[in-house]
Amino acid sequence: MEGNLNALTTIFTEFYYWVTIVMMFLIHVGFCTYEVGVSRRRNHLKTLMKNAMAIPLVTVTFYFFGWWIYFGFPNGPGIAGGLVTAPFAEAWNPLMGTHLSGVSPGETGVTPADAALWHRLNGVFWGAFLLFSITTASIISGSIIERARSGAFWIVAVLVGSVLWILDAAWGWHPQGWMVKLWGYHDAYASGVVHAIAGGAALAFLIVLGPRIGKFKPDGTPRDIPPHNVWLVTIGLFLIYTGFWGFYAACNIPLISPATIAGQITGEIWTATNIYLAPTTLSAITFNFLMSLSGGMMAGYLVSKGDPFWTFSMGLCGVISASAGNDLYHPIQALLIGAIVPTICYRLHYFVERRFKIDDAVGAVAVHGYGGFLGVVVAGFMLWGQPSSPYEGFAHINPLGNFAGAVLMFVLGFVPTFVVCKILNGMNLLRVPAKVELEGVDFALNHAFEASVRDVGAAEKAMMK
Amino acid sequence: MSTNGMESWAVDLKDVGAIYPFQGSEVLMVILGLVFWIGWHILQTRHENAEIEADMAADRSGEETRAAIDRY
Repeated sequence: MEGNLNALTTIFTEFYYWVTIVMMFLIHVGFCTYEVGVSRRRNHLKTLMKNAMAIPLVTVTFYFFGWWIYFGFPNGPGIAGGLVTAPFAEAWNPLMGTHLSGVSPGETGVTPADAALWHRLNGVFWGAFLLFSITTASIISGSIIERARSGAFWIVAVLVGSVLWILDAAWGWHPQGWMVKLWGYHDAYASGVVHAIAGGAALAFLIVLGPRIGKFKPDGTPRDIPPHNVWLVTIGLFLIYTGFWGFYAACNIPLISPATIAGQITGEIWTATNIYLAPTTLSAITFNFLMSLSGGMMAGYLVSKGDPFWTFSMGLCGVISASAGNDLYHPIQALLIGAIVPTICYRLHYFVERRFKIDDAVGAVAVHGYGGFLGVVVAGFMLWGQPSSPYEGFAHINPLGNFAGAVLMFVLGFVPTFVVCKILNGMNLLRVPAKVELEGVDFALNHAFEASVRDVGAAEKAMMK
Repeated sequence: MSTNGMESWAVDLKDVGAIYPFQGSEVLMVILGLVFWIGWHILQTRHENAEIEADMAADRSGEETRAAIDRY
């Protein structure tokens, strides 16, 4: 009986994550829709392709090394211990393929217990983390539209999606991560781990890339470059909201026993947990996701005077800014944090645009970068003194730990991306020439399309007698 | 002869591990996958360079560019 219950729990967990992966894919449908809506007509196809191709590129590289980084680096290494062996996450291990519950010959380092745990769950855990990876990379994509070379973005997407974010996840989003252990870092739904790091990377890319032609007047005053289709922008953002809901579910463990957690929880009540294996409920995160979304939309409407683009973007920023603590906040707290932080981010976006001449076409640095950063900082104060983990000896949540963590997330996204973009720029691979930017990056594709339309039209007309 | 070593499902599943074909060649498969990934970036960069060169050479009068700008 116990064996069947364990099997049922494993299969339930496998199905649960599979559903979250499918839901999270909607984030990328949303990103594609949204970016096409924002870009001007002569840049549609390349904008769409730039974002869409991040999906396969981050997927294959996350298979090769991203998944292993998460399990190998929770100690730094060298901060709280050494490199951790994780044979089940090595790309050449049989557990990274179609697998039943036993140990295959040649599975070095894999115990029967490893095989029993990972044989069904490895692919769906990998898939859930992969969708976080693609999201992190895609956040940068919208900022740089209409002038960045696609190839440059794809290299940065691999760097951010399959290396940088998963390294910070190993540090601050792994149950044994050194930031959790030593600093009490708490970021349950990835305000910093996904969004601040992506915002930092986007800012670095934008600084090296420069603004779109015509964004700033000769005296430096910014021009508004409006979306060509606000309906697509709206649908895109609502799809991102929907996928984000799945993202929240994927950050939880749906059902686990205290014995399996092996921490300090007493009794025999099974529970859902956050990513740190500390108890929470799906009800808690449903309350708080919707309340922080509402706070962001309501504040966004007021601060932007009813501008649809910013109203919906601030809704997203509201969720991001409350995400660090949404496993533990009261819904009204989530509402207010989700309203106040986006208001600050909105102001910061326009300040940075005016002061530093940064052209962020979709406001991703504000929504994800500043929103994520401030969300982590706020959680440090709001959850001060609460346990960060069910394990003994971990630091408690505190403002300093979360502030230092937020800085680390932003910097970890910014610095390596800045260096790589500088190298790409030096090789003339970062930005399209000014003439191509004015023609539109779809110039060749549009000509081929129009030539085909003319050709087929002429052929059909010739058939009319 | 079976590519994954399974000749029958009359087995206890706790004794069965990997069930994909050609087990034992995982390292080779990873190398092939890495070559595919890196090769893709090289080919893509060449393709993009050629496309940009062609765009730079086109529309010297600027008429088509102006028309594209007018369409927003």
